[in-house]
Amino acid sequence: MFLAVLLWIFTGVSCLAFAAKRWWFPGAISAHAEAYDRQLGLTLWACGAIFVAAQLLLGWAVYRFRNRGQSVRFSRGSNRLEFTWTTATAVVFLGLMFSGFGIWAKLHFERPPADALRVEVVAKQFAWSYRYPGPDGKFGRTDVRLVNDAAGNPFGLDEQDPAAQDDIVASALRVPEKTPVVLTLLARDVIHNFFVRELRLKQDVVPGMAIPLSFQADRPGKYEVACSELCGLGHHQMRSLLEVMTREAFDEWLREQAR
Amino acid sequence: MTPASVNPAAASKGFFRRYVFSTDHKVIGIQYFFLALIAALAGVALSLLMRYHLTNPDTKVGWFGALWPDGAPGGVMTPELYLSLMTMHGTIMVFFVLTTAPQSGFGNFMLPLQIGAPDMAFPVLNMLSFWTTALSFVVLLAAFFVEGGAPLAGWTAYPPLSALGAITGPGQGLGQTLWIVSIAIFCAASLMGAINFITTVVDLRTRGMTLLRMPLTVWTWFLTAIISLLAFAVLLAGGILLLLDRGAGTSFYLPAGLLVNDQLLDRRGGSPLLWQHLFWFFGHPEVYIAILPGMGVVSTVLAVFSRKPVFGYRAMVYASLAIAFIGFLVWGHHMFQSGMNPYSAFAFSLLTMVIGVPSAIKTFNWLGTIWGGRIEFTTAMLFALGFVSVFVTGGLSGLFLGQSAIDIYFHDTYFVVGHFHIIMGVASVFGIFAATFYWFPKMFGRHLSEGLGKAHFYATFLGAYAIFMPMHFLGFAGNPRRYPDFTNFEFLADLIPLHKAISHAAYFTAAAQVLFLGNLIYSLWRGRPASANPWNATTLEWATASPPPEHNFEEGVPTVHHGPYEFSVPGAAKDFVMQHEPAESK
Repeated sequence: MFLAVLLWIFTGVSCLAFAAKRWWFPGAISAHAEAYDRQLGLTLWACGAIFVAAQLLLGWAVYRFRNRGQSVRFSRGSNRLEFTWTTATAVVFLGLMFSGFGIWAKLHFERPPADALRVEVVAKQFAWSYRYPGPDGKFGRTDVRLVNDAAGNPFGLDEQDPAAQDDIVASALRVPEKTPVVLTLLARDVIHNFFVRELRLKQDVVPGMAIPLSFQADRPGKYEVACSELCGLGHHQMRSLLEVMTREAFDEWLREQAR
Repeated sequence: MTPASVNPAAASKGFFRRYVFSTDHKVIGIQYFFLALIAALAGVALSLLMRYHLTNPDTKVGWFGALWPDGAPGGVMTPELYLSLMTMHGTIMVFFVLTTAPQSGFGNFMLPLQIGAPDMAFPVLNMLSFWTTALSFVVLLAAFFVEGGAPLAGWTAYPPLSALGAITGPGQGLGQTLWIVSIAIFCAASLMGAINFITTVVDLRTRGMTLLRMPLTVWTWFLTAIISLLAFAVLLAGGILLLLDRGAGTSFYLPAGLLVNDQLLDRRGGSPLLWQHLFWFFGHPEVYIAILPGMGVVSTVLAVFSRKPVFGYRAMVYASLAIAFIGFLVWGHHMFQSGMNPYSAFAFSLLTMVIGVPSAIKTFNWLGTIWGGRIEFTTAMLFALGFVSVFVTGGLSGLFLGQSAIDIYFHDTYFVVGHFHIIMGVASVFGIFAATFYWFPKMFGRHLSEGLGKAHFYATFLGAYAIFMPMHFLGFAGNPRRYPDFTNFEFLADLIPLHKAISHAAYFTAAAQVLFLGNLIYSLWRGRPASANPWNATTLEWATASPPPEHNFEEGVPTVHHGPYEFSVPGAAKDFVMQHEPAESK
């Protein structure tokens, strides 16, 4: 009896907390993020409806069938009901999944345009570094034996290679707005994870693998990059910034760096 | 008043043979139960320290410094100490509580009784598996006391972090090695237990106990044993490879070109993803190892206290079979963002959604079981009903994470922490509590206090939701998990109030467990004496004395004539028909 009331109150409070959106997603800054939010909204509504219905029903059953000396309605089950609810849940669950596949496919299988901005990302305990190909448009040769963080060479750029001499290395990720970007994610020591909330993007960065990640940010601003795979005692400090700039500001920054 | 005797008929044996190195499945079951209880106390204590540190990262606590001179110099907890507490919390809870109590504890005590057997098939192996488990627990705890302390790589121990030794952080030296050794020993113990359970169910069922007359608890213990056999074997192999990478210079999990702490390592040819595949091939079925026995208990308790047969018994059996089987095909959903081939996400996502269906079938059948019944709100029943509520809640958040696209944002956030704590932690623990209140009279011949039990239930039910529901909102805000504090990111500052509320809910819920501990200790000695069948239940454990004599059934094993849940059968003389009652009495 008390349990029934408790279940109803809990359901109500949960719904209010969701409706209040006091702690919620930051605004989306890309088409992918907007598509993500639509699919998330669909999932929230579907699961929310099931949640409310199930908890209220459980509370109702607890209240309705509490012991008042009534006789039991004997039943061993019903194949018709089993069939109905199995089909219904399968339709809802699989429906949700299929409606979300498009987002995954677009993110992972759509080839970025040839003129997309390419940036290499290297993660190490506990910092991020970013490399741009520079004016020649080519990434220079690197060698892990040349890596020297103290000398500002986290990628191990080989200065012998002319293509490496103009590469730009930075500690923040700067990209122009409304431009396709392809990151190549590299890790030097342990597994890290590249997470930008506003892009709704998160990807493990794994030693021994070069993992591509494409996005196009449409709104200028500064957004935090948070490591989201446990990488050691400084995991929680492994932060950098994604700065989405206007085209002009970005070009200006590139020119400055190239000097 | 004398202490509740476990095993009166064994009084001729010495103390050690009766209570320590016993081969009696009932004593072993109780040993597992108390091992799990000690582990749970340790695990909860660790979680309280974590919750305290998360919301008070800079506060000096004198005794932290006394306890961990290196981990908390001056009384301020370091990030590495936090991470080691987290690793140990997860490991202790998953292996030594959620795996140990429902399966090895209650399963050991009740399975032979419920199938009408005098003991397990291999009593000595049974004893050996308990003491091997206990050894594994000691080895794990030893990690706290070695140089560098306990490991900080989390209970998932992803390499390279877990494979390279102290170079990747304190605790990654001997502490991490002990962790792997402990898990390997635990695997060996679980394999022994699994073989025993499977053989017992296959060989030792009494006359008339056909497969489809087995109580659902027996079904779930049986299937859990099969899952354990297949899953722990893989974890054992994976763990040995990890040990070799650490100690023998192999590179199963290590690629070329690793540059750690400015040191270039001479390893090549391995892949960090291999460990993730092996680990989650165990790790996902592990979720079902933790929850399936609870499902069996809940099905039984709901039927007993609604005075109705389990709704759709066969559907329940088939759903359990489906969960056990498909449970081995969904491990990849832990790895959607790992860098594995993104095409595989389609298969893993599909199978993950498919496995939700038998779980939903179970929920519907639980509702069907209480529907039209006459519900008696015993503490066991309250925990079973609470189980249904949290199972629904935790299952639904799984529908977010099971979609590879939606998982992108939620992976490794507090949304995941909330999800698995509710579905794997709280639901399983509610199953354990329901089992404890339901079977305590049989195990110890005395009842737990119902008054204390109900107070404990309500406090725990509210408290658990108050801890874990808000974590979903932390996940919405993108709060990564496994952060020792939230001071380095602007977006995390806004979430501190929510974290404070969660910490307070955790203190409250932990304090409420004193009600349970007090109840347990009090009732062991002073509880109301129990009759052979105090709940008017139908299964065979209630056909013998409370507690049962050494070989379970004084007058030889009973013969079974009925299904396991014959409640309120029309035309019967009373509202329950026990499985061993002769067919005429129907």
